Amino acid sequence: MLFSQLGYYSLIFALIFSVILIPTVHRDLKIVNNVINPKILTVVFLQLFLVLLSFICLVISFINSDFSNETVYNHSHTTKPLFYKISGTWGNHEGSLLLCLLILILFIFIFLLTSKKEPKKYRIFTLLFQQIIIIGFFLFLLITSNPFNYLFPIPTEGLGLNPILQDPALAIHPPILYLGYIGSSIIFSSSLAAITQNYVNNKWAKNLKNWVIVSWFFLTIGIMLGSIWAYYELGWGGFWFWDPVENISLMPWLCLTALIHSIIVLEKRSLLASWTLILSITSFTLSMCGTFLVRSGILNSVHTFANDPKRGIFILIFLFVLILIALFIFFVLYKPNKEQQKNFLFSKETSILLNNCFMMYFLSVVLVGTVYPIFLEVIADEKISVGPPFYTKLLIPFLIPFLILMTIGPNTKWIKDNFNFINVRLILLFIISILLSYLILREIGLSGLFSTVLIGSALYLFFITVMDFFVKNQINLSQKISHFGFSLLVLSIILNGIFSSEIITNIKVGEKYDFKRGSIYFEKINNFEKQNYISIVGTFRIYDDNGKEIYLKPELRIFNQPIMITSEADIKTSFYSDKFLVMNLVKGNDFYNIRYQTKPFMIWIWLSTIILASGGLVNFFYKKIK
Amino acid sequence: MRKKKISVSVIIFVVFCFFVLFKALNKSNTYVPDIISGKKLLSFNAKKLLNNEQVNSDVLFNENKIYLLNIWASWCVPCRDEHNILMQLSDNPSIEIIGLNYRDNLINAKKFINELGNPYSEILIDKDGTISIALGAYGIPVTYIIDKNQIILKQFVGVLNDQSLKEIKSLLK
Repeated sequence: MLFSQLGYYSLIFALIFSVILIPTVHRDLKIVNNVINPKILTVVFLQLFLVLLSFICLVISFINSDFSNETVYNHSHTTKPLFYKISGTWGNHEGSLLLCLLILILFIFIFLLTSKKEPKKYRIFTLLFQQIIIIGFFLFLLITSNPFNYLFPIPTEGLGLNPILQDPALAIHPPILYLGYIGSSIIFSSSLAAITQNYVNNKWAKNLKNWVIVSWFFLTIGIMLGSIWAYYELGWGGFWFWDPVENISLMPWLCLTALIHSIIVLEKRSLLASWTLILSITSFTLSMCGTFLVRSGILNSVHTFANDPKRGIFILIFLFVLILIALFIFFVLYKPNKEQQKNFLFSKETSILLNNCFMMYFLSVVLVGTVYPIFLEVIADEKISVGPPFYTKLLIPFLIPFLILMTIGPNTKWIKDNFNFINVRLILLFIISILLSYLILREIGLSGLFSTVLIGSALYLFFITVMDFFVKNQINLSQKISHFGFSLLVLSIILNGIFSSEIITNIKVGEKYDFKRGSIYFEKINNFEKQNYISIVGTFRIYDDNGKEIYLKPELRIFNQPIMITSEADIKTSFYSDKFLVMNLVKGNDFYNIRYQTKPFMIWIWLSTIILASGGLVNFFYKKIK
Repeated sequence: MRKKKISVSVIIFVVFCFFVLFKALNKSNTYVPDIISGKKLLSFNAKKLLNNEQVNSDVLFNENKIYLLNIWASWCVPCRDEHNILMQLSDNPSIEIIGLNYRDNLINAKKFINELGNPYSEILIDKDGTISIALGAYGIPVTYIIDKNQIILKQFVGVLNDQSLKEIKSLLK
């Protein structure tokens, strides 16, 4: 209770600091020098400290299971392990918003510390725009979703955290994802500030690029963790389901990926300035849209938090106020640089522009698939849902030219290129890739020009990116790593899609089920009493056609608070493929429904995503080494 | 001029999006899968809270009446809220209210009844929660309306309110 009070009041004081900041900043703007008044930094630091304090108070309330706090009561339980008590802090609407707020202030503080060489007014305006967002979050938190609401009489027991959220990957998924989402707020504020100060130039691009890469890095890792969780915990036997909430995290990612590329053009060639600004503003808008769609409960999915229409209206208005401010600044205050640089058709600039076109296409497909059902329901009162076929039909054909362009693009020169680097070796390599892909497909009895070319171009990109590592001057190491990771990712996803197999059957203890490539034997079933659930573990022996046998032990967990049955798949991961087995109760008899899947190259999907993301990190370390 | 046209059309588009999303907010999308309705009630054995006597559900739900099966617990705060509704319903002779006490301390459960009144004609104990899970409850309170053939007519997840009271009354006609 003490901690709730402390947390609540430190939030209010932190909001007051936001208000104090405005006159201080106003005074400081009039002074002509290049150093920000140290008072401003102190105020931001104090604000950061207070919000951190408030967040720690919430964590402590969760650890102590202080059920006088409504948030704790709704989302925690005394029998929950300590680790999940702590992760429960951000596993709910109120706590996660508090975490977002903390990250917002942390980032602007870091921005102020690391941007000392940049113009003073630009930094101050970035701070101002960021504070508008921060104040919006404060009001949202305090008015509609106070994490420190008091309950009386104090309940003796809490309602518990949704059991499917009790998973290590998911415990760290939200904070990392928020780092990515909120990172884009700095991009947004500093773009607006740069417009007002007429500072949209290559120097600005060079500094902002770091922020773009940071948020892109966290977003990539965050999406991957969510995907790992879906694969292991939801037991649907896949890693991406085109669930609206997944799409919502993918949209800013696509936008940031496009931004990373276009901001390099701005940095190196002072081109595409307006386009870069549009992308910067869109990235954050898409992140905020994501927050709106998830938190307002418009979309129903695994991620839906307990919703309250008041919250939805608040975020909606806040979101559109931000969009209108951004539009106003962009259309009214922005004065594009009229100086035209010479630009040739065959150049790196063009290839990056092409990359951006593809990214925008992918983005619009995902956007339409996600938002169209909402619009349709409002306008035509018709309920539809958009499923994976829509995305695969629209996305995959465009993947082929995208992959092929990606092999050419990075090797072109700035300004003008005559494609001298295209030689017999590269063409030969392309033919080999196509042949190889034909052979692979024939091996499993599939054929078809389309899949042959698709796998062929994925293989080709893979070979090219590997070859790039052996070029003498390593100027673009981070790009090479990321592109290599991406090619590996595409290749693993495609092969995984083609080679996966699945068996679904109902089986009793002691029974054996034979299938084409082996057999499954259901040996026994054991019950265990755990801290907050009862665990039922089945033991299955599986022989494959090579005579190898493996044991898989899928589990059913019957949670006590709230009562809920979750099934934990058992997955044996190896270098080449995953064996995945999940079981479910069949009501009313002693049969269990099992699903056995072999999923090749699963681990490569995670590994290649890590490689893809680490390319961004290398960017920071490599500079230091040099 | 061109810039003006673009900016005006962008703003019109943004405003349009705002209104669509605003409308969408008011559309209800709470959706409870109704797979349970229309099915026969699962047969189960349970002890009674007040006299510890074993009873079978087939015997209990046997009369020519509409039954309301309410899963509750003394520690469940929302259950306190809906207790009033149950008390109101208990005056109605055409419905019989059965309580299923979920994972509770029996002393607390009895206290709860003594304090707030007893709307139930019978209270059964589900000490380890298995009956509730088998019935398809994934959180409490949950209420089922069951007809004389033991067919589940309707399931209410969460607290009963005036709206659900109306629905129940319409089922009694």
